[in-house]
Amino acid sequence: MSKEVVLQVKNLKTHFTTSKGIAKAVDGVDFTLHKGETLGIVGESGCGKSITSLSLLRLIPSPPGKIVAGEILLNNKDIVKMKEEELRKVRGNQLSMIFQEPMTSLNPIIPVGEQIAETIRLHQRLPRKKAWQKAVDLLELVGLPSPEKRAKQEPFQLSGGMRQRVMIAMALACTPEVLIADEPTTALDVTIQAQILELMKDLQRQIGMSIIFITHDLGVVAEVCDQVAVMYAGQVVEHRNAKDLFKTPLHPYTQGLLKSLPNIHENQEVLQTIEGSVPSPYDYPIGCRFADRCPHAKEICREEAPELLETENENTKVRCFMHTEKWNSIRQEGELVCP
Amino acid sequence: MFLFIAKRLVQIIPVILGVTLVVFLIMQMVPGDPAAILAGEGASQDTIEQYREDLGLNRPIAEQYLTYVGNVFQGDFGNSLKNKQPVLDEILLRLPITMELAFYSILITVVLGLAAGIISAVKPYSIRDVSVMVVALLGISLPSFWLGLLLMYLFSVKLQWLPVAGWDGPANIILPAVTLGVGGAAIVARMTRSSMLDVIGQDYIRTARAKGLKEHFVIYKHALRNALIPVITVVGLQFGSLLGGTVLVESVFAINGLGRMIVDAIRTRDLPMVQGGVLVASLVFVFVNLLVDVLYRAVNKRIDLN
Amino acid sequence: MASKVTTTQSIDLARARKNTRKERWQSFWSVMTQNKAAMVGAVIIGAYLLMMLIAPILAPFDPYDISLEDKLTPPSMEHWMGTDDKGRDILSRILYGSRLSIGVGFASVLFGAFFGITLGLIAGYYGKWVDTIISRVLDIMLAFPGILLALAIISALGPGLINVTIAVGVFSIPLFARIVRGSTMEVKKLEYIDAIRTIGANDFIIIFRHILPNVMSPIIVQGSMRLATAILSAAGLSFLGLGAQPPSPEWGAMLSSGRDFLFSAPYMAIFPGLMISILVLGFNLFGDGLRDALDPKLKK
Ligand SMILES: Nc1ncnc2c1ncn2[C@@H]1O[C@H](COP(=O)(O)OP(=O)(O)OP(=O)(O)O)[C@@H](O)[C@H]1O
Ligand code: SF4
Ligand SMILES: [Mg+2]
Repeated sequence: MSKEVVLQVKNLKTHFTTSKGIAKAVDGVDFTLHKGETLGIVGESGCGKSITSLSLLRLIPSPPGKIVAGEILLNNKDIVKMKEEELRKVRGNQLSMIFQEPMTSLNPIIPVGEQIAETIRLHQRLPRKKAWQKAVDLLELVGLPSPEKRAKQEPFQLSGGMRQRVMIAMALACTPEVLIADEPTTALDVTIQAQILELMKDLQRQIGMSIIFITHDLGVVAEVCDQVAVMYAGQVVEHRNAKDLFKTPLHPYTQGLLKSLPNIHENQEVLQTIEGSVPSPYDYPIGCRFADRCPHAKEICREEAPELLETENENTKVRCFMHTEKWNSIRQEGELVCP
Repeated sequence: MFLFIAKRLVQIIPVILGVTLVVFLIMQMVPGDPAAILAGEGASQDTIEQYREDLGLNRPIAEQYLTYVGNVFQGDFGNSLKNKQPVLDEILLRLPITMELAFYSILITVVLGLAAGIISAVKPYSIRDVSVMVVALLGISLPSFWLGLLLMYLFSVKLQWLPVAGWDGPANIILPAVTLGVGGAAIVARMTRSSMLDVIGQDYIRTARAKGLKEHFVIYKHALRNALIPVITVVGLQFGSLLGGTVLVESVFAINGLGRMIVDAIRTRDLPMVQGGVLVASLVFVFVNLLVDVLYRAVNKRIDLN
Repeated sequence: MASKVTTTQSIDLARARKNTRKERWQSFWSVMTQNKAAMVGAVIIGAYLLMMLIAPILAPFDPYDISLEDKLTPPSMEHWMGTDDKGRDILSRILYGSRLSIGVGFASVLFGAFFGITLGLIAGYYGKWVDTIISRVLDIMLAFPGILLALAIISALGPGLINVTIAVGVFSIPLFARIVRGSTMEVKKLEYIDAIRTIGANDFIIIFRHILPNVMSPIIVQGSMRLATAILSAAGLSFLGLGAQPPSPEWGAMLSSGRDFLFSAPYMAIFPGLMISILVLGFNLFGDGLRDALDPKLKK
């Protein structure tokens, strides 16, 4: 298990300064991505998945947003510290991104072929004609019918699924080492979702890139991901191998998430959802951020913040006191204290 | 596209008829007997009656209007009360001057306005942006006739760089065109800035940055072209105020254009001249608007779907 | 029975809207007072209004008093803004002239607002062919470039300050009408309006008690912006000799006579124009602030 590490994120914090205060949208995210692997990032809406992925490319709108701490090591070079010039060479070249919003992420008045070709010209210094040809080839690769014709069209002439294919073609144009896909399929209907997922896996095999796959659909994660990072309230709470995670979820939040999945084997009728609501990014509790919703919470959970720690199993990390040694010696919340 | 133009052409017919109706009604609103006015001051009763007969002023108003529209479409705007010459001749003499002035002014409006708006939007809330916007605010607040006098005082009287008035050569064009153009430039600058800021916040600009494009590519290739779409409409509307503004600026700089002709005609109560001038200026504006519509449509093909 | 329930609910809703109106007013006030530019604008406008009121107290001389031996004296301690070609004190004339120039602006906007709002309410409320006719008429009024419609009206009515007021006011009608028409259509669709109708409110009550207050904010924004343009246009028409006539101290007319002395006595043209510019600047600053405060959609 000593695969090459492509991307490592350490203690990433991205905060937004607004009139309401400071929103700690991403507040200490850590994860590791290995070569050729797919890492899924999952979590409820608003937990900071998109902001994390935008931070990786330093695309946070600033003001109000800012990366205030942490490292993003791409092949051991810290993206956070890069100069503009250097950063531009990484963007779209080594690290590229598919956005959550296929309808609005393409420039409405530039032919889609040109939008792909310009990336190729930029990073590979190909002449105009060759770059265009490559763009058409890419459109064919991502399964767009009659790519020659489509390349000349503007986004409004394409359906949502086609636009997402264009986005993928654009992201793959310079065979990136890492592809970040932020909910690439949520805006699409189910059959197209499946096709796009299939396509991405296919292309990964051909090109050998690593993928960060962001979603809140655990079913999709089970299908495509090797590793999973579960996010809650701006932090990673569990980070491990996907199979293990689905078999024995360690963090109470992950357990809750899995329970809310429709399970064919147990023939569940009613889906369980986790009760309570996510704390506001403007005002996190001092202790564990999940404490208010956690069925196992003890007093310590409200007083101290748990850290993301490796368990006895290698490559398994979890942010919960339950998996520390001292847990069993602590009394349950509400338990009477004998004098 | 062809269909669109045809449709718009049909749509402006009622507008043109409406404009001619309003202009026609000017004559009816004048207190007193139109025949007496048209015959000129001190005309004898016989002459007045003769006029009434010749011009059909004794017929019902609706019929008079139809005759008026018919005449206008045949290029007959009536005769001046002053020199009895056809109004059209005078208009044809004056219109090119005004159009030339309008052309250079709108050029200043567009070029200066866009440049200022972009400079502002690229670094919002910077010192540069704030100063450009303060200047723009001044630009929309200064009366053009006052600005014209100030420029004239500075450049013609004090520095003696440019001629005071008249319309004889290129040097004569500079001051009036600047005077007439800056107000619009200020408005275009404000519009461009807000439109650019709007576009820069769009998802596709983020995509462009994610591709590693240089910032000036992002701004000029991806943002500006989209930001210009709403600006086109504003420029079209600006052309209207600009045409109206020629009335003032031509008076300030003693330029014998259409605007000054209208003002002089109002002073001398030469009503057919006023009617002709207002009508022609309005028709020009209606057609410029049509042009702007077509242009807007051409740049923004997405409207096809909606 | 069922309809009764929804009716009372909707009337509660109407009441709730009244309360939110109060809240909106408070938030409007806080945005306005925080907006420095808008405050500067308000102070400028306030100063001018005060000047209008107490012009006789402030003016050191009689604005019409001709004294030919003092003619065309440059600004001095005695005549802060100098004297004009008839030896009249320019400062005093400007102070008195504020009543005319500002008065014409307000009067013409009120004129335009009155007819514009009425037409807009009727078109938006009744819709159908009423709307079609009114809208076509408005289109035609907007087809005249700039102040040319005003010129056409003056050519019929004849020159003079009152006719200028009407002419400039007419030009404002379509602008108010369009805004009010759009907002009225939106408000009319709200369900509580239906509910009020079912409990017997007639059109008049619905329009004036329920719709008009709801379309007030765009009207106010437009009014402030229009004041700037109206003052400019009215001064422009007087400058052309079509409005106030000499010896009136209306600023546009003063500017017009100052033009003949641009070489020898530039101050005759400079001060009236400066007064117009600062006032218009005030209205523009205030209008920008108002728009931000009242129309959060447009806020950046
Ligand atoms: N511009 C901003 N200003 C203030 N807060 C922001 C801003 N953008 C994002 N946030 C905060 O960041 C948090 C995380 O947002 P993010 O878009 O990353 O969520 P997400 O996990 O991608 O959710 P989803 O599944 O809905 O896409 C949100 O709760 C939001 O409050
Ligand atoms: S730390 Fe405590 S509250 Fe937090 S998840 Fe673990 S058990 Fe629950
Ligand atoms: Mg997201």
